[in-house]
Amino acid sequence: MPNRTVIPFGPHHPVLPEPIHLDLVLEDEKVVEAIPNVGFIHRGLELLCEKKPFQDMVLVAERICGICSLVHGIGFVNGVEKIMNIQVPERAEMLRVFWSELSRVHSHLLWLGLAADGIGFESLFMHSWRVRELVLDIFEETTGGRVIFDAIKVGGVKKNINKETLDRILKQLEKVEEEYRQIADVFVNDFTIAHRWSGVGLLTKEQAITLGAVGPTARASGLAMDTRMIKYGGYDKITMEPIVETAGDCYARALVRVREVYQSFDQIRQAISKMPEGGETEAKVTGFPTGEYFSRVEQPRGEVIYYVKGNGTKYLERFRVRTPTFANIPPLVQMLAGCDLADVPAIVLAIDPCISCTER
Amino acid sequence: MSDILKMCKTVVSSLRKKPFCQMYPFKPAKFYDHTRGHIKLDASKCILCSLCAKRCPTGAIEVDRVKGSWQINRYKCIMCIECVVACPVKPVKALAVENQYAPPMAKMEMEMFDVEVKKPAPKPAAAPAASTPAE
Amino acid sequence: MFESQEYITIKKEELLEKTAPLFKSGHRLVQICCTKLPDKLIMDYSFDKDYKFIDYRIELPLEGASLPSITGIYFAAFTYENEIHDLFGINVIGNALDFGGKFYRINETAPFNKVVKKEVKNA
Ligand code: SF4
Ligand code: SF4
Repeated sequence: MPNRTVIPFGPHHPVLPEPIHLDLVLEDEKVVEAIPNVGFIHRGLELLCEKKPFQDMVLVAERICGICSLVHGIGFVNGVEKIMNIQVPERAEMLRVFWSELSRVHSHLLWLGLAADGIGFESLFMHSWRVRELVLDIFEETTGGRVIFDAIKVGGVKKNINKETLDRILKQLEKVEEEYRQIADVFVNDFTIAHRWSGVGLLTKEQAITLGAVGPTARASGLAMDTRMIKYGGYDKITMEPIVETAGDCYARALVRVREVYQSFDQIRQAISKMPEGGETEAKVTGFPTGEYFSRVEQPRGEVIYYVKGNGTKYLERFRVRTPTFANIPPLVQMLAGCDLADVPAIVLAIDPCISCTER
Repeated sequence: MSDILKMCKTVVSSLRKKPFCQMYPFKPAKFYDHTRGHIKLDASKCILCSLCAKRCPTGAIEVDRVKGSWQINRYKCIMCIECVVACPVKPVKALAVENQYAPPMAKMEMEMFDVEVKKPAPKPAAAPAASTPAE
Repeated sequence: MFESQEYITIKKEELLEKTAPLFKSGHRLVQICCTKLPDKLIMDYSFDKDYKFIDYRIELPLEGASLPSITGIYFAAFTYENEIHDLFGINVIGNALDFGGKFYRINETAPFNKVVKKEVKNA
């Protein structure tokens, strides 16, 4: 039997913006087993629901993650609106769809850039982020923030967008899409990228199901699972099909994200065209939440679960978040077993880890 | 061959363009109408009702209606604009959102505004600033 | 539009026999969640297949609770089971990847299951 070595990976590592630690058990260059270790930055945000009224918890939910902050907010208000029986006005629902798809565009562009950086493709990294800046400009123009948008509230949205701005945004989107097309072309057709990622970090469809993979990680393994298909929020008026790749390697995960950006552009256009003229953007919220609900929404990284339980006071009884990265850790462990040591950073990046959300 | 040079098109075309980034300190930063920079108080309009302090989810604002002071802790403020929405002064609110970010501070301290106490508060017991829910 | 959800209360002993058929029929483990109520803890095991949500619920006493681990069936449950052990102090028996209370690096034991609930210091 060859000698076994244990190499610690992380908590600080060039590819990781956030701390996760992996104990890699190696046999020569091959990883035999990987033991994940999180918990460096546990914030205990779930307990804050005992101190903050439920309306203010939206702000906490939005600050769980810095990249998909808006979708976290939507997940939370979705649950609260269900247990309080609030009917959100249609315009507000469409604005939520608009912003959450725009979040997906910017999050995927961020990931594509980081992934390119992880394999040493610096110019691609910078150009991905250049396109992302254009998306962030749209966010700043409509919500006032570039990272934390603060546009969601229980019962509706905080900001409205007028007609001229929407027209301008549509034009801007054309420009973004054209710029993006060039970058996507590199991801889809470039030899070096395909060579680096093909066959790395394999996850079969069966493993994806039994290990509970979510989001692009699951879809890249051929599992057609997209929580937007349960038609929460305004998604009942949006037509879509989950984007599926079957290879189950890192390259498939990148391709799923590349194609999802186009899908998001399409959904943004649908949302804008289906947005009713004028009308309310928020419903009146009276009373306190009673009841419980598991609200599931699709984030750029996968399905996020918000469990809200109200007991008729202004403080929630329980507020629980299960973030996509938390669900993707067991698949990550599976992918790492049997890979080369040099592939570990690429595989860890491929699930789009967001460790701070994982630990809340 | 062309497979490994896909990026060249973008790279070469960006050689002919101006830099995408702004020369920030030399050129002013680009702001939009909604950009949330910092909260600004118009001390002449404030009536020291302390509704903003009550509404603030992080407890960043402290209002002392006896001494006539309005303070904000910029480190606690998360720019959620709830205080601006809550301010009851009409027609122009005493609080406003400025596009420019707050100037950097070396120490974590409250920024203090002196507000003239116009009339004795109608019900002093109603709103001591310390009763904000969050701390 | 909201999906309808149903919470089926089962006994602790039934957990494994209820979970195994779900694994066979290709359900995915969505999440495991623990909730502290004033007089008891409730555990929610959620599964999903084709966007159909199934939830099994177990009631546990506040103190000294223990649970059988489902990592033998769903290996992915190890993260959740370590989490509820660290945050709620529930003893999970037979966890396939047991971190022994070191999953979250926190100072207090079972911070989410304090008897005096309102005085949580570092919230
Ligand atoms: S913007 Fe929000 S956090 Fe800042 S002072 Fe106003 S209410 Fe408080
Ligand atoms: S709410 Fe407006 S008027 Fe009242 S104390 Fe605050 S800033 Fe002054």
